[in-house]
Amino acid sequence: MISARLTVNDEEREIAFWPSDTLLFVLRERLGLTGAKPGCLNGDCGACTVNVNGTAMKSCLMLAVEGMNQTIRTIEGLKDSPIQHAFIEHFAFQCGYCTPGFIMNINSLLKKHPNADDSTIKEFLSSNICRCTGYQEIEKAVKSLLKINREDKAGLPNDE
Amino acid sequence: MGLIGKSVFRKEAWEKVTGTARYTADYPATDSLHAKIVVSPYAHAVIKSIHIAKAKEVFGVRAVITGEHFPLTGEEIRDRPVLAKNKVRHHGEAVALVVADTPQQAKRAAELIEVEYEQLPVVHSPTEALKPNAPLVHEQLGSYKKEDRVYPEPGTNVANRTKIRKGSMERGWNLSEVVVEERFSFSPSDHAAMETRCSTAEIHPDGNVYIMTSSQAPFMVKRLIHDYFGVDIGKIVVETPLVGGAYGGKASIQLELLAFIASIAVGGRKVRILNIREQDMLTSPCHIGLDATVKLGSTRDGKIQAAELLFLFDGGAYSDKGADLNRAAAVDCTGPYDIDHVWCDSLCVYTNHPYAAPFRGFSHSELLFTVERTMDVLADKLGMDRLQLRYINAIRPGDTTPTQVKLNKSNVGNLPECIVRLKKMIDWDMGMIQDLGNDKLRVKGVSCIWKTSTIESDAGSGVTLSFNPDGSINLISGVIEIGTGTKTILAQILAERLKMDIRMVHVQMKVNTQSTPEHWKTVASRGTFMAGRAVLAAAEDLIEQLKSIASCVLRVQAADLEVGYGKVFLRDEPETHLDIKDVAYGYVYPNGNGIGGQIIGRGHYNLRRLTYLDKETGAGKPGPEWSVGAQAVEIEYDKKHLTYRIVRAFSAVDIGTVLNEKAARGQVMGAMSMGLAFGGRETFVFDEWGRVLNPQLRTYRPLRYGEHPEYHVEFVVTPQLDAAYGARGAGEHGLMGMPAALGNALSLAAGVKLNELPLIPEQIWKMKQKEGHSHASL
Amino acid sequence: MLPYDFDYYLPKTVEEGVRLFQQLEREGKIPVYYSGGTEIITLGRLNLVETNAVIDIKAIGECKEFTIKDQQLIVGSALSLTAVEEKNVFPLLSKAASGVADHTARNKITVGGNICGQIFYREAVLPFLLTDSHVVIAGKNGLRQTPIHQLFKRNLKLQKGEFLVQLHTDRRFLRMPYVCVKRRQQWDTGYPLITVAVLKKEDETRIAISGLCPFPFRAFEMEKSIQQVGPLGDRIQEALRHVPQPVLDDVEGSSGYRVFVLEQMLQDLLRELEGNHP
Ligand SMILES: Cc1cc2nc3c(=O)[nH]c(=O)nc-3n(C[C@H](O)[C@H](O)[C@H](O)COP(=O)(O)OP(=O)(O)OC[C@H]3O[C@@H](n4cnc5c(N)ncnc54)[C@H](O)[C@@H]3O)c2cc1C
Ligand code: FES
Ligand code: FES
Repeated sequence: MISARLTVNDEEREIAFWPSDTLLFVLRERLGLTGAKPGCLNGDCGACTVNVNGTAMKSCLMLAVEGMNQTIRTIEGLKDSPIQHAFIEHFAFQCGYCTPGFIMNINSLLKKHPNADDSTIKEFLSSNICRCTGYQEIEKAVKSLLKINREDKAGLPNDE
Repeated sequence: MGLIGKSVFRKEAWEKVTGTARYTADYPATDSLHAKIVVSPYAHAVIKSIHIAKAKEVFGVRAVITGEHFPLTGEEIRDRPVLAKNKVRHHGEAVALVVADTPQQAKRAAELIEVEYEQLPVVHSPTEALKPNAPLVHEQLGSYKKEDRVYPEPGTNVANRTKIRKGSMERGWNLSEVVVEERFSFSPSDHAAMETRCSTAEIHPDGNVYIMTSSQAPFMVKRLIHDYFGVDIGKIVVETPLVGGAYGGKASIQLELLAFIASIAVGGRKVRILNIREQDMLTSPCHIGLDATVKLGSTRDGKIQAAELLFLFDGGAYSDKGADLNRAAAVDCTGPYDIDHVWCDSLCVYTNHPYAAPFRGFSHSELLFTVERTMDVLADKLGMDRLQLRYINAIRPGDTTPTQVKLNKSNVGNLPECIVRLKKMIDWDMGMIQDLGNDKLRVKGVSCIWKTSTIESDAGSGVTLSFNPDGSINLISGVIEIGTGTKTILAQILAERLKMDIRMVHVQMKVNTQSTPEHWKTVASRGTFMAGRAVLAAAEDLIEQLKSIASCVLRVQAADLEVGYGKVFLRDEPETHLDIKDVAYGYVYPNGNGIGGQIIGRGHYNLRRLTYLDKETGAGKPGPEWSVGAQAVEIEYDKKHLTYRIVRAFSAVDIGTVLNEKAARGQVMGAMSMGLAFGGRETFVFDEWGRVLNPQLRTYRPLRYGEHPEYHVEFVVTPQLDAAYGARGAGEHGLMGMPAALGNALSLAAGVKLNELPLIPEQIWKMKQKEGHSHASL
Repeated sequence: MLPYDFDYYLPKTVEEGVRLFQQLEREGKIPVYYSGGTEIITLGRLNLVETNAVIDIKAIGECKEFTIKDQQLIVGSALSLTAVEEKNVFPLLSKAASGVADHTARNKITVGGNICGQIFYREAVLPFLLTDSHVVIAGKNGLRQTPIHQLFKRNLKLQKGEFLVQLHTDRRFLRMPYVCVKRRQQWDTGYPLITVAVLKKEDETRIAISGLCPFPFRAFEMEKSIQQVGPLGDRIQEALRHVPQPVLDDVEGSSGYRVFVLEQMLQDLLRELEGNHP
C-alpha cells in the first residue's frame, strides 16, 4: 500500500491504495465516486471515462499512481454544466450507465474543439459505447453545444 | 392537462447526468465479502476432479464452493445445476465459487483452483443436435422436474417442441402456384448491456434473505429462491435499484443464485458478485441462435396460401427461458400475414453453447429475419413488388393468427397503414436500387413486424400512491427502470388522470419486493400497459378517498365532486372546493377535530382471458394484443469491395397512443440500433471445441457512434382500447425488422442470397466465391 | 483490477531506468518497462503479463521528445499516440496511429508501447518501417542507435533490460506522398483486418502491412514485384506470391478473405499513388 494525494474534482484527497490499483478502482472503492462505471475493465467501452488535466482518459486503463500530481475530474465534478442540460433536453440517454463516460469525453472534446466538425466529433465519441440510444440523440446534444450554435460557453470547467 | 404525448423529461434525469444515479455495484460494499466464479474452459467435458486446497490457503479466502449439493434450477425444466456437477455443458459454465474479503483475493484464489476435465464430443448447432448419433447434452432429460406446458423429448436434445397446426397443409399446397423455400442460420450472440450483472446476498440470523440485484425480475428472484431452496417466500426481500441496460438478459435468474449459495457458505454474511465482462457474456445467459427452414406457397397473384416453418432454436446448454422463446416464435411464426394453412414446429434444442435468456423482441427479430427474407424471395419469384406482396397479405382485423386468435380493431394495430406510410418515407416508388457510379449502389430493403407478448397468462402489476402533506404524490410501482423511462410515463398517466402538475408526482425508482407492489417482470413491452392500468386504478382509489373526506367537510354528496388541479371541487360550483393538500393527510377542522389520515391509493391490473397453447395444434390466446410495423434500411453498397454502410433506417410502427413522443422515438431508435448491430456485426464466434473466441467488447462489437445511420421514425396510431390512454408497447418493436431489412437490402445489392447473420462483408465474399465455383462447374 | 500487486517506479533519467531494471532483477523481481500501460493492465488482468515491478518511463525526458534536430525527426517512445497525431509533423505516422484503438485509449497508448507490445497489429510501427528509421535503445552500456530494419524482425528484438527510447526519422521522408488505409471486419470499429501503408519515394514504392500476418512487416519482396513494369494487376498478383506466412485466419477474417482484401487495397492504393499509368 502507498499513501498518496490525488486531486479530484478540485479537492486534494489523501488515500491509501496499491500501486496496481487502477484509477477507476480507487475512485469508486476508496473515494466513493461511483459516477465512473466499470463496463469492461479493458479499455473498450468508455463507461469509466474521466478527465485528467482536461483530457479524456479511460480510468480502467490508468493506474491511480499515474494520477498523482494531475488534475482529475469525474462526472461528480461537473455541476449544472451545459452538457448535462443538453443531454436531458435531447433525451441523450436511457439507462444512463454510459452517460458519465460520454459526458466526460464530450467535456474534453468541447474544451479542445469548441467548434468540432463531424469527423472530430466522431473520432472522440466512438470511444464510448451506448447500447440504449441510437446515438442520434447524443449527436444532437453535442451539436447543440458547439460554439457556433450557442451564445455563452460558461460552465465548462477548465483543467488544462 | 395535455400531458399525453408530451416529451416530459425522465424523472431520474438529473441523477443520471451527475453520476448520482446508483446501480447495484455502486452501493458501498465495505461490509461485504466478494465472490469470483471459476468457469469451464471447455464446452462439453466430464469433471474428473476439483482441487481447492491451494485456493483455500490464500489470505482472505472465506469459502470455496463446488457443485455437489445444490438443487437443479430452471424456469420450465429443472435441468441446470447452480454450479456444474459431474460435467460441464458450455464454455464459461460456473464450476466453483470463491468467497474472500476482497475481489482481488477471490480472483487470486479462483485462479489456483485446478479442475481436471475429460473432453466430450461437442454439439455445435441445433441442426447437429438433432442428428441420430448426436451426443446428448442431457442424458437425464426424462427425470427432470418440469412445468406441464413444456414438452422435452428424453433421449434426444429436444428441450421443447411447440406445434402450430392451422388449416390443412394439403389444401394450402394445392392452392399454391408458386412455392419458395429458404434455409437460415445464425449463432448465439449477446445483450451486452453496459452494466454487467451484479448481485449481493445476505442471510440474517432470523432467516431473512436480502438480495440486491441488477435484474428485470426481482419478484421472480424471490419466487425462485423459494421454489429452489425452500426459503419461506415472505422471508426473501429483493431490491433492485436503477439497471444499466437489460434488453431481456436480466430477466433470467442466475447470478442471484450464485450470490445466495455464496452467502450460505459464509454463514449468511453479505457477498457480492460483480460479473466481469467475459463472464457476463459466457456464464450468464446470452442471446439465442437459430437454424430455420421456411417454405411459403402462394397463388400467382401473390395471396399466400401455405406456410411451413421449422425453427430450431439454439437454446444452448440449459433450457431456462429458451423453452419459452421457441414457444413465442411459434405463436407469431408466419410474420404479420394472414395465412390460412400453417404448419410450424418450433423447437428449443440443447447444444453445447452458452444458454439463452430472452432478448429484446423475445425471438421475434430472429423468426422475422427468416420469414421476411423468404417474403422477398417469394416476391422476386412472383415478379411482384416487395411491399405490395406484404400489403396484400398484411394481417387485418377479422383475420386469425397462427394460434387461431380472431383479431379485431383493438387487439391488432394497423399494418396496411404502416406499409403505406413506410412507402412514402422511403420514396419506394423511386425504385429499390440507385446506381451512384464508381461501383456504388444505394439499395433499400424492407421488412414488416408484429408481436404479441407470451408472458404468464395471469401476470399482474400493482401500484401504490401515497400523499405527501403538500398534496404531492409518491408513485410506487414494481416496474424496474431499465432505461425505458416507463416510470416517468406512469407519472404522466397519473398526472393526466388527476389533472395535476407532473412535478408533484414523485416516483420511487428503486424496487423493494417487500414494500413495492409486484410487477410480474419488466419485460415484453408490457410495463406501460399493465402498470399503466394499475396506476389508473390506484388513481381512482385516491379520488374516491379524497371525495369521501371532502363530501363530509363540504357537506355534499361525493358523487357531485370532482378532483383535479390540486383541488376537490363541486362539479357545478367549482368555487366550493378544498385544496388537496388539506385533505391528503386527513382534514382538520378549525376546532382541532380531525378526520381521515394520509390517503393511500392502491391499484392493480392482471392480464385476463389468456390461455395456454394446445399441445397438438398450438391453438390458444397467448397475449392481449398484437402491435405491428413496417421498417426499412437504406445502404450504400460498394460492388468492388463488397462492403457497405447503413445510410438511413426507417420505422413506421403502430404503438397505439404515443404517451411521450421523444421517449418513444428514443425507444424505437435505440432498438433499431441494436437490431442493426445484431444483423450487421454481432455474433459469438466458436472454435472447433465450442469455445467462444470473442467474449470481450474489443472483439464483440456493438454499434459505435458514427456507424449509426440517420433514423426516421413515424407513428401510426391505433389506440388499444384496453390500455391506459390507448398505448401499446414500444420497447422492442424497433429492433424486430432490422436484421431482415438489412438482409433484404444487402442480398439485393450483392446479388447473392444472404441467409446467415451477421451480415459482414466476408459473408458476401463467401457467397460470391460459392456462386463463382458453381458457375464454373456448370 | 489486477489480481497481483507490483511496485511502481518512476525514473527521471534513462540511466536510472536501466539501473532500476538491473537492480530489480538482481533482487529476484520480474521488472517490466511501463509506458502507456494499457497492455500491461489489460493483459495483466487476464494473467497474460507477469510482473511485480513496473518501471514507468513517462518521466524520462528523452522518451517524451518530439522535435526535429539535425534533419532528423525525433519521436520519444513514451509520447501518446494522440500527442503525435495532434502535432502532425509526420502525417503518415499521424494517420497510422489514428487507426489504433479509439481516441480516448490513444490518449494513453504510446508509440513505444504499441511497437513493443504483444498485440499482432502494432500499427504505429508501419511508418517507421517505411522510412528506414533508426531506433534509439537504452541498455546496460548506455544508448545505441540502430536501423530499425536490423532490430525489427516481426517484433523489436531487444535484449533483456533494454528499452526503446526514441525513433529517428530522416525529415526528407516526412513530406513524401503516402497512403495508409485500415480495413476492418465491418465498419469503423475494431482491430484491423488489414492495414496497408504505402510510401512513394521518388520512383520507389514502399509497402508495409499489419493484420495480414501475426506481425507487422515491411514488404520488401512484394515491393520488388510492384516495382517491375507491366500492368498493375499482374504486378499485384506477383506481389501476392510473396506474402509472408502464416496469414492470419481468425475471428476477424479467414486467410482467404484477407488475401482478397489485400489485393483490393493494393489496387486502390497503388492506383492512387501511381496515378493513372498502367
Ligand atoms: C480499446 C483498445 C483497442 C485497441 N486496438 C488496437 C488496434 O486496433 N491496433 C493496435 O495496434 N493496437 C490496439 N490496441 C492494443 C494497444 O496497441 C496496446 O494496448 C498498446 O499498443 C500498448 O501500448 P502502451 O503504451 O499502453 O504499452 P504498455 O502497456 O506500456 O507496454 C506494452 C508492452 O511493451 C513494453 N514496452 C512499453 N514501452 C516500451 C519501451 N519503450 N521499450 C521497451 N518495451 C516497452 C512493455 O513492457 C509491455 O510489455 C488496442 C488497445 C485498446 C485498449
Ligand atoms: S471500463 Fe474502462 S473502458 Fe470499459
Ligand atoms: S443509455 Fe444505456 S448504455 Fe447508453
